[in-house]
Amino acid sequence: MGDILIIGAGECGVRAAFALREAGHEGGITLIGAEPHLPYERPPLSKTAPTAPKVIAEEARYAEAEIALVRGSRVASIDRAERRVRLSDGSALPYDKLLLATGARARRFPGMEAALTLRSLDDARSILDALGPGLKLAIIGGGFIGLELAATARKLGAEVTVVEAAERLMARIVPAEIAEAVAGRHRTEDVELILGTGVAEVRENSITLADGRVIEADMVVAGVGAEPETRLAAEAGLEIANGIVVDGRLATSDPHIFAAGDCCSFPLNSARVRLESWRCAQDQGAHAARAMLGCEDAYARVPWFWSDQYDLTLQVAGLPDPSLGHVRRDLGDGAFILFQQDDTGRLVFASGVGSGNAVAKDIRLAEMIIEKGIRPDPAQLKDPAVNLKTVLKGVPA
Amino acid sequence: MSEWVDACAVDDVEEEDLIRFDYDGKTFAIYRSPDDDFFATDGICTHEHAFLADGLVMDYIIECPKHNGRFDYRTGEAKGAPVCVDLKTYPVKVEDGRVFIDVA
Repeated sequence: MGDILIIGAGECGVRAAFALREAGHEGGITLIGAEPHLPYERPPLSKTAPTAPKVIAEEARYAEAEIALVRGSRVASIDRAERRVRLSDGSALPYDKLLLATGARARRFPGMEAALTLRSLDDARSILDALGPGLKLAIIGGGFIGLELAATARKLGAEVTVVEAAERLMARIVPAEIAEAVAGRHRTEDVELILGTGVAEVRENSITLADGRVIEADMVVAGVGAEPETRLAAEAGLEIANGIVVDGRLATSDPHIFAAGDCCSFPLNSARVRLESWRCAQDQGAHAARAMLGCEDAYARVPWFWSDQYDLTLQVAGLPDPSLGHVRRDLGDGAFILFQQDDTGRLVFASGVGSGNAVAKDIRLAEMIIEKGIRPDPAQLKDPAVNLKTVLKGVPA
Repeated sequence: MSEWVDACAVDDVEEEDLIRFDYDGKTFAIYRSPDDDFFATDGICTHEHAFLADGLVMDYIIECPKHNGRFDYRTGEAKGAPVCVDLKTYPVKVEDGRVFIDVA
């Protein structure tokens, strides 16, 4: 096995680089990142006001693992026939295997060009450093990023308005009951939520809503989703369909090129999905590393997400199916979990919210129950006195 | 030098589970393994501040509730990303139905 090149030094690319060494790869590993910083964790950016970034690995660990980390460098093009990439400074790097871990960039809809977005450390610094008592912050989008930023901004004393086009918060990923619990908490913290209302235009100091209302603001941030970074792959002629198309091993149509993390669309349970999540980025990075070294296994991890807002933690395992009903498990102190089972009784989704880590253990067990394809008795899911470990281990009730 | 502290009763910890124990401003985690042995480690994950007592024990592994960082609680060994720093472990002894840990 020759040299392996990884484009993208986020969670996915970094994990892939280390996983290659852990799996015994002896050839060269080069990790190319566009940002000048030592690779850092993105999730804290919206959840805390980062004075210093949380690095994924200390600089010395790259050297120890003989990973050549190239920072602040952009890849201009991929030459598949010659198997080399060209950097924007004109230099070229050959590869035997190439991993695209290019991630995603913040989306802006037409009319939102003047809004700031939060994706990188530099974005986070320019937004969070400006926040303080009395500053009026308007956020477009009631998803994880928008709501985490709202909570962080309230802690820093800013006045916050969140505008969401859908009738409720986080509509893509959590059921209405959970969204309602989170919405209630934001209202308690004096965040103004404007739901079911689109945005017509953003100016530097105001938002004009679709219904004509104008929200004055000192700062406008859009958190309306992300788009996969597919330019390099598309220009190299690889197939794109809401992300770089890969098979179960995370290989593209070119056997020398793999893609993983936010930038790829992969098969899961007979559907094709693209996930934007820290855990998936990490797991797929590790999976792609093994696949590049010849492992034939298909990636089959259960999707898992979390969000921290105030002292609330929300965790999700699996993907929601709006056509399925719920079983609710109340854990006390307002913490609860909703489970979804398919028509055969298999657990397919669990989502919970509570203060601190109140739901963590049960969500983790639910994830393993989903992974194993177990069909739990709904009465056991509902009863907080039943340890879900007994469901996982198949101990009869 | 040892400093043995009475942490809990044997029955306070279920098999294949753990509890949190706070002493002198520090948080510890006390584990009971599937084969009924007791172990103790620092009570906070080495990756990001989270109490391991809210996490899940499966066999000899404790998983952090926050980001599923995994450690072998018998040795404190970090079992891979996102955790790369081992957990500190503490000697444990069981006497008269009580669990003692050496916090020194």
